[in-house]
Amino acid sequence: MAREIPYIVAVNEALQFEMERDETVVFYGQDVAPSDEDPLVKAFGRDRVRVSPISETAEIGMATGLALAGFRPVVELLMAEFMLVAMNQVVNEAPRLRYMSGGQVKVPVVFKAGYGFTAGWAGQHTGSIYNMFCGIPGLKVALPSTPADAKGLLATAIRDDNPVCYFIHYLLVLEHGDVPEGEYLVPFGEASVRRTGSDVTIVATGWTVGKALQAAELLAQEGIEAEVIDPRTLQPLDLPAILSSVEKTGHLVLADQATRHASAASFIAAEVAEHGFGYLKAPVKLVTALDATIPYSQPMEAYVLPDEHKIADAARQVVGAAPVAA
Amino acid sequence: MTGAGSAAVRRARAGKPRPPAIPPDTAVALLRTIWRIRCFEERIAQLHKSLQIQGLVHLSIGGEGVAATVCGQLRDDDAVYSGHRAHGHALAKGAPMAQTLAELMGRSGGLCRGLGGSMHLVDATRGLMGATGVVGGNLPLAAGDALAKRLAGSDAVTVVFFGDGAVQAGHFHETVNLAALWELPLIFVCENNGMAEFTSRAEHTTVASVADVVSPYGFARATVDGSDVAAVHDKFAAYLEQARMGEGPFLLECLTHRRRGHYEGDQQQYRDEQAEAQWSAKDPLARWQERGRAEGWLSAAQAQQLERDATAEVEQALAYARQSPPPTAAQAAALVYAAAPDGAPPR
Repeated sequence: MAREIPYIVAVNEALQFEMERDETVVFYGQDVAPSDEDPLVKAFGRDRVRVSPISETAEIGMATGLALAGFRPVVELLMAEFMLVAMNQVVNEAPRLRYMSGGQVKVPVVFKAGYGFTAGWAGQHTGSIYNMFCGIPGLKVALPSTPADAKGLLATAIRDDNPVCYFIHYLLVLEHGDVPEGEYLVPFGEASVRRTGSDVTIVATGWTVGKALQAAELLAQEGIEAEVIDPRTLQPLDLPAILSSVEKTGHLVLADQATRHASAASFIAAEVAEHGFGYLKAPVKLVTALDATIPYSQPMEAYVLPDEHKIADAARQVVGAAPVAA
Repeated sequence: MTGAGSAAVRRARAGKPRPPAIPPDTAVALLRTIWRIRCFEERIAQLHKSLQIQGLVHLSIGGEGVAATVCGQLRDDDAVYSGHRAHGHALAKGAPMAQTLAELMGRSGGLCRGLGGSMHLVDATRGLMGATGVVGGNLPLAAGDALAKRLAGSDAVTVVFFGDGAVQAGHFHETVNLAALWELPLIFVCENNGMAEFTSRAEHTTVASVADVVSPYGFARATVDGSDVAAVHDKFAAYLEQARMGEGPFLLECLTHRRRGHYEGDQQQYRDEQAEAQWSAKDPLARWQERGRAEGWLSAAQAQQLERDATAEVEQALAYARQSPPPTAAQAAALVYAAAPDGAPPR
């Protein structure tokens, strides 16, 4: 049965459920469980719930070693940017070991990190850098936009036999939504159609899914019906769902909080250009963050980010409707 | 070998009590392994030069004694993590020579189906869990493996090989700190050949001995002459015994000699002619044979037989590798991601 809980509670519920279900699941990271009163520590003990020093390379590398030896570690990395100090482990060890060993080993590990905290945290803690992990064969990338998906995708990530980057959005953690109780899994590579429409497809990821839905409401007032598709995982990507929507609408807007170049929006647009060009009645539009470091000043922060108005404007352009004055 | 390294060798030799005698059978077995690695790698050098083996290949000639003595004492459930210079560790840990050579030749019959190559040898059933090509990248993997052994309540241990060049990298320090903090059954084995890729240790750090680098952490550490098989054997045996009882970590620094360049094809403009002249004094194979004759556990005929056997094994391995086809695209594509078990949702 579903009930309404916040996104962050759904995340923790999945972790607790999977740790109860499978004793090989271990959880550690900086500042997790600082007290023995922490519910995870009380439930599973200090062997399985560990506080680590600020050593991202060792944290991620050790999780990979644990996975090679039969455990299913979840590493709490707090900020996606903190993975950048450990890129050799994230990119060049964990995802490659299965392949390079000819399939002798598997690496079931979850790198759990937050991103996109555009609330005055400035240039080094607010990036939407999930796109950087999408071009790494062997690595999967999950990007939940709702509390239910936050739970279901984490559970699936933990059970997956591959390394998974699981990114939660810090502006969504207090958002409420219906979440099933007990065991709940959301399959990877299966997009969710958040809103149906016949005029334009908006493919949106993470936090921009909500913005795309708001844009769709604005467009509906003008008689434009937008279909909003949330891929939920970027690797694997549910390209068939995107193509079938584009086949129906003939128009495509891609919304993404990442900076434009090498964003998820750009590589999905490339796939549609190759596999769905014949469906398109107009060029696609990308609505992304501007190619800039996230500025500290609040008006400037808003300026560089995509929002519902920018998404709606792009949709109007691709369907050939008149622009709406701001 | 740097001046600092030589001084450390002298220190290691001077203060050393007479080690307990290695049983003759073990002594011969170690020599057999050293011969197998030596003959294998000398053949690899030829095959690389004649373009029958491609790509980046790093040989361990001169350092075989460490691989043989360390891996020779391990069980299949003890894990070994190695680096870019891994052939010796692989053979000594039990990887079949034929599959190892086939891997170096990029064949589907190789240890890793030809997809890993010289720098990424894995033989999981024998506990060779991973050779990683980025210097020091294997260190945290090994620590995680050691944590797994601790959590599983096993008396198995994890050994990680690395060179002195890795010690100046951040991942070494992060791993040492966590291994000490979490008291992991991990034995760090540093093969200090005095050369980090193409430059000497003295150009990379002011710390003469790798063992000194970890001194603040307070765990047991030692520096031994890596060309002295008995010295490596005995010190490692002591650490292994303690690690099996749940202690750790440990660091064993073995001062070795890299006979070849950093990689095959290296012009070695940095090569010190004096060090070259010292080769016969540093060759672990020559020294161990000499000791065997002096101690009476090795006859000249036995020594020749060991070399002949190793040479023959290499040629048999080569015959196996040559008949093995390269992997197919379908075989390779299936290995990018692990498939979901039947009925499970991940895909």
